[in-house]
Amino acid sequence: MKFLQTGLVLLTSTLFASGCGSSGRTKPYAMDGIRADGGAEVAKYGEGAGDALGTTSPSRGTSPAGPLAKRVIYFVYDSSEVQPEYLPVINSHANYLASNKGKTVVLQGHADERGSPEYNIALGEQRSQSVAKLMKLQGVGDNQIQMVSFGEEKAAVFGHGENAWQQNRRVEITYSER
Amino acid sequence: MIRNSLAALSCLWIIVFSIPSHAELTVDVTLGVENSIPIAIVPFGGPQGGSDENLASIIAADLARSGRFKVLPESQMLERPSTPEQVQFTTWKTLGQDNLGIGRVRQTGTDRYEAQFELFDAVRGTQLANSSLPYTTAESRKTAHRIADIIYKQLTGEDGAFASRIAYVTVSPGSGLNDRRYTLQVADADGFNPQAIVNSPEPIMSPAWSPDGKKIAYVSFENKRPAIFIQTLSSREREKVSELPGINGAPAWSPDGTQLALTLSKDGNPEIYVMDLTHRSLRRVTDHFAIDTEPAWSRDGKQLVFTSDRGGKPQLYSVASTGGQPQRITFEGDYNARGAFSPDGKSLAMVHGNGGDYRIAVLDMASKQLRVLTPGSLDESPSFAPNGSMILYASQNGERAGLSTLSSNGKVREGLRIKAGEAGEAREPAWSP
Repeated sequence: MKFLQTGLVLLTSTLFASGCGSSGRTKPYAMDGIRADGGAEVAKYGEGAGDALGTTSPSRGTSPAGPLAKRVIYFVYDSSEVQPEYLPVINSHANYLASNKGKTVVLQGHADERGSPEYNIALGEQRSQSVAKLMKLQGVGDNQIQMVSFGEEKAAVFGHGENAWQQNRRVEITYSER
Repeated sequence: MIRNSLAALSCLWIIVFSIPSHAELTVDVTLGVENSIPIAIVPFGGPQGGSDENLASIIAADLARSGRFKVLPESQMLERPSTPEQVQFTTWKTLGQDNLGIGRVRQTGTDRYEAQFELFDAVRGTQLANSSLPYTTAESRKTAHRIADIIYKQLTGEDGAFASRIAYVTVSPGSGLNDRRYTLQVADADGFNPQAIVNSPEPIMSPAWSPDGKKIAYVSFENKRPAIFIQTLSSREREKVSELPGINGAPAWSPDGTQLALTLSKDGNPEIYVMDLTHRSLRRVTDHFAIDTEPAWSRDGKQLVFTSDRGGKPQLYSVASTGGQPQRITFEGDYNARGAFSPDGKSLAMVHGNGGDYRIAVLDMASKQLRVLTPGSLDESPSFAPNGSMILYASQNGERAGLSTLSSNGKVREGLRIKAGEAGEAREPAWSP
């Protein structure tokens, strides 16, 4: 049953080949013709990103899609607590990983630019850990999850002010083959 | 309101933000620099040794930035003596100049110059100091900084820091978010003569000078994960000293240079460790489920100040460098992080967040008085000059991050001229010993 559900979600996301943020708060932000939605960046730094989900570049397309197509979890200021609205996204990835033990993810933690850079590295790591903890509760193996924090060093969106900051406080989920 | 009055002032006026024990912010803006030493530095005569700027203006800018001097603008000078015989002390006394610096440069060979300089007490009409410095074109700015150091020492009794260096990271955005370049740079203390030390498409963070000024420890993500490197500046040889699972960050040299404090999360969450640099052995200093990071050594090496959110929000704590029970040391504001000791160990600079603004504040370790010294909203990474007279920090000017200096008495702030490329940013400064 679980497998069927996952398959369905996978199929959906393949059909729509969607971008990673599509609901109001997580809307991708266009700047100088470059979509700065984090997805493009993940594709560059992750290995084989997109392959696991059968999608092409996650930064293309604007159609809404299932929770597996969303790969960015956003946080409130100075907090590593996962907001309830992101639980379905994390659960979908967790279910997929739990039934595909050969797949692994990198959870890339980020913070907004405010405050001290090294403190923000620690904050980014705690955000990754919050997501990892929830995934492990769903049966994802320790060896399927890697974490790295970039703190405030890799903003998804340039600029100062809450609009940019809320898009930079995030964990990006990147798939890779084991 | 504050912003407007600041904008109306030219760059060298006194700006003191002080927060006494109560939380209300008081802003004192005073015109003129009280207790500062009046001095005139006359443009040097001669060819200036290939420098496109007169040595005197480099010297004058150094002295003004320190907050200890009131420098006479060149436009107000009635005479321009460059030799002792040309000096008429009454002219300078009339202008209210207690001190007068003059000099001249002569060419002594191919790309060989010599700067001759004299410092006078214009009130008494006596010579206080003189020196003769040979140099090449490449050393012309350095020569001016050395003369500024001589003047500073003569008139304040303390060592100058104008001939020291600064390290910082520039970030060039390239063609967009996926094309950033991170470069660790070392430049003169006034931001000139930058030299790239490391260049990477992945972040570089937290440069820290060894106490002898010969090496820099830093964090590099070049392997897509953080590692701490120690690089020797003269040879450019470098060594990876830590690449454990999780965070490898916030390197800080012990005062004797034999140990490196750092942040590691190999055991699950960020903790402070001390690495013996000879044997590479690790000693764990903190043990708490909250964030512990950004260690800073006390002058005697016995204490480490660090940032922790164990009380709910980031505050500074102090712990014995051998481990023990940490004591909280900051209580004002809802965010205090990244402590940096002054060279005499009596003050601690930090990032102080209150009501959504992040500013540089200094805590007097004896009186526990906290003074907020900058008016910005996104100020971070404070670092003291080797003589303690100034603090270098990163701030946001408009859309771009840049570096600024601040006199430790809070009197003078100045943005440094950092050439970071067209749209580049300069961040995470560290002042050399």
